[in-house]
Amino acid sequence: MRVLCALSGGVDSSVAAALLLDEGHEVVGVTMKLWGGASDTGCCSVADVEDARRAAAQLDVEHHVFNFGDEFNRHVVDPYVADHAAGRTPNPCVECNRHLKFDQLLRRAEVLGFDAVATGHHARVVEVGDGARRIARGADAAKDQSYVLHPLTSHDLERVLLPVGELTKAQVRHRAEELGLRTAAKPESQDVCFITRAEGRRTFLGERAELHPATVVDQHGAQVGDVDAVELVTVGQRRGLELAGGGVRRYVTDVDVPARTVTVGRREDLLRDDVVLDTLVWAGEPVSGPVLAQRSAHGAVAPASVGATSSGTVALRWDSPQPRVAPGQSVVLYRHIGDDEVVVGGGLAR
Amino acid sequence: MNADAPIDLDHAATTRLCDAARAAMEPFLGDRYGNPSGSHRLARDAVRALDEARERIAVVVGCAPGELVFTSGGTEADNHAVSGGMPPRPGTPVCPATEHHAVLDPVVALGGAIVDVAPDGRIDLDRLAATLEGIDGRVGVVSVMLANNETGVVNDLDAVAEVVAAHEPEVPAVPLHTDAVQGAAWLDLTERAAAADLVSLSAHKLGGPKGVGALVVRGPADVRPLLLGGGQERGRRSGTPDVAGIVGFAAAMQSVAADRDDESARVAALRDRLAEGLSERIDDLHRTVPPDVETLPSSLHLCIGGVDAETLLFLLEAEGIYASAASSCSSGAQESSHVLAAMGVDPRLARGSLRLSLGRDTTPAHVDRVIEVLPLVVERVRRFSGTPAGSTT
Repeated sequence: MRVLCALSGGVDSSVAAALLLDEGHEVVGVTMKLWGGASDTGCCSVADVEDARRAAAQLDVEHHVFNFGDEFNRHVVDPYVADHAAGRTPNPCVECNRHLKFDQLLRRAEVLGFDAVATGHHARVVEVGDGARRIARGADAAKDQSYVLHPLTSHDLERVLLPVGELTKAQVRHRAEELGLRTAAKPESQDVCFITRAEGRRTFLGERAELHPATVVDQHGAQVGDVDAVELVTVGQRRGLELAGGGVRRYVTDVDVPARTVTVGRREDLLRDDVVLDTLVWAGEPVSGPVLAQRSAHGAVAPASVGATSSGTVALRWDSPQPRVAPGQSVVLYRHIGDDEVVVGGGLAR
Repeated sequence: MNADAPIDLDHAATTRLCDAARAAMEPFLGDRYGNPSGSHRLARDAVRALDEARERIAVVVGCAPGELVFTSGGTEADNHAVSGGMPPRPGTPVCPATEHHAVLDPVVALGGAIVDVAPDGRIDLDRLAATLEGIDGRVGVVSVMLANNETGVVNDLDAVAEVVAAHEPEVPAVPLHTDAVQGAAWLDLTERAAAADLVSLSAHKLGGPKGVGALVVRGPADVRPLLLGGGQERGRRSGTPDVAGIVGFAAAMQSVAADRDDESARVAALRDRLAEGLSERIDDLHRTVPPDVETLPSSLHLCIGGVDAETLLFLLEAEGIYASAASSCSSGAQESSHVLAAMGVDPRLARGSLRLSLGRDTTPAHVDRVIEVLPLVVERVRRFSGTPAGSTT
């Protein structure tokens, strides 16, 4: 096949390209320029483009840079700011995969005559019968990225390859060392790629939205403290509120931006029986009944049941009460099919 | 036809080293390696070569040899001219919004004023006059490019000079700088840049080597040095000159001057044929610059509806045709063009911008090949993206 391999400048995507070559594919590398280049932590800086270019040269594949800066702003950065301003907790990696890597890039690849797009994500594409495809967890459970890939549908997956999903991270690094890739020992990027460490989330958001001080109250409405930016507080958060009193651990149970109020309580106060998911994407046919639900990128999985569904929305009932999911976070639904745990759908917590 | 030699229609980015320049440089990459600042035979040989190169270039530019300051290229010359050296000359620098970043960025960094351009890309003289009038205090320098690197639009520097002179009739006059980096390959600088006190040049845009350029400093205008050190270039630019590069620069300058009129006419005819052929075969294709506005004979700038430039360039390259959209940033990604934005081009149309820049090696067969291939590529992009022609207008 003729494969367009997204090269971020990291070790996983470099090795993905190498594995594709091993399999006999014709590979062209592309780095998506998504952000202005000021970020030092993610996949968009000039230094990362250089790393990607050098890795491509070492593998003897062509390397291009595509500028998707406008689309990234529109689909990832602006909504990220708007979500925080509304007291929600977005996951920009999910939105980037949904709108950039597996929409813009996939379509670009088709125009350019490629049969598939490959990335260095730790997840696998599996067939589940009748030619239907699903995202399954990567071989390295600790590095599994199936969660952030949940918006991909069976149709998308006909043109997506995830070569490193069969390898553990250690195997990836070992392979990179064998090949002498300069990305072999590169540390992983884990922060939001468009916010520099030096700048921080507060400064980034403060430059793009108004941040407001808020009152922190307990479950009875009594004031127990205050915060200087309600937009930076997340449901479920335990640290960083600097509440007087100490003693029992207190969790954020609610964030109300218009009322400038953060409510805190004990862990029990955070528990919920169900969660409503919007912007729901099913991998194939909608499912109902039991699923395993994952509520953060590397979070635990809890059994739940899919209830009433209407277009784009579903009510999910936990088998046993679970801590409230921060609004805006992705909840990804899995099922066991054969030996694999596969993504059947996912949406954003209301 | 893919197996054929690639077709370079990106001469505004750079050009192949011409035979005359290569031959002239050869000895200075070998035995004639002296440092012109020395006193022995090797050094004297180098300084003689440097003097001769300086004289040859001065003739083509229309300045005195002593008015030429050799630099590391156009960017250094532009920065030097805008700032006036170190410390920067007093006063506010002024330039139009379509300047190359090598002018625009130092103007902005020094707190300068940016003048809007007319929709056809030329500097708006009334706005220039109004801007100069509105500046509190002295104007440091006015910088107006001879020809634009993206669109090829040519400015009338005589008219600009009149506006500048009218603003400050007293002595010392406000210096007028022009970035002639793109214009020098095609225009007679002895006429077209005569009104400028400061002129930036670059060797590699006209068949010379990369990393060499010059700033013409016509008295009484002057610049302080940007680089201090050994006091080369009459103290205006320290550092051992790149003798081989400068010798190649001079040979290239002489070469382009020798057949400039004939080549300009030949290339302009090819450019017109290309424009006509593409206009006939591609719907929703717009010439960015109206045909009655003077551009470099080598320049054809198009905006094509319903396509994006990166896709277009990728597919053109696959067919062996090299072109560009706007200017490339350091990562290699295509950046949106500040020039098209300044001209008020609809951003959706600007997404499909294509800069075709012809050169001395462009042949009728090249042009015919592009006329054959580009419509097919545009058709493919539109078919896949589902964007019908005309949807952006």
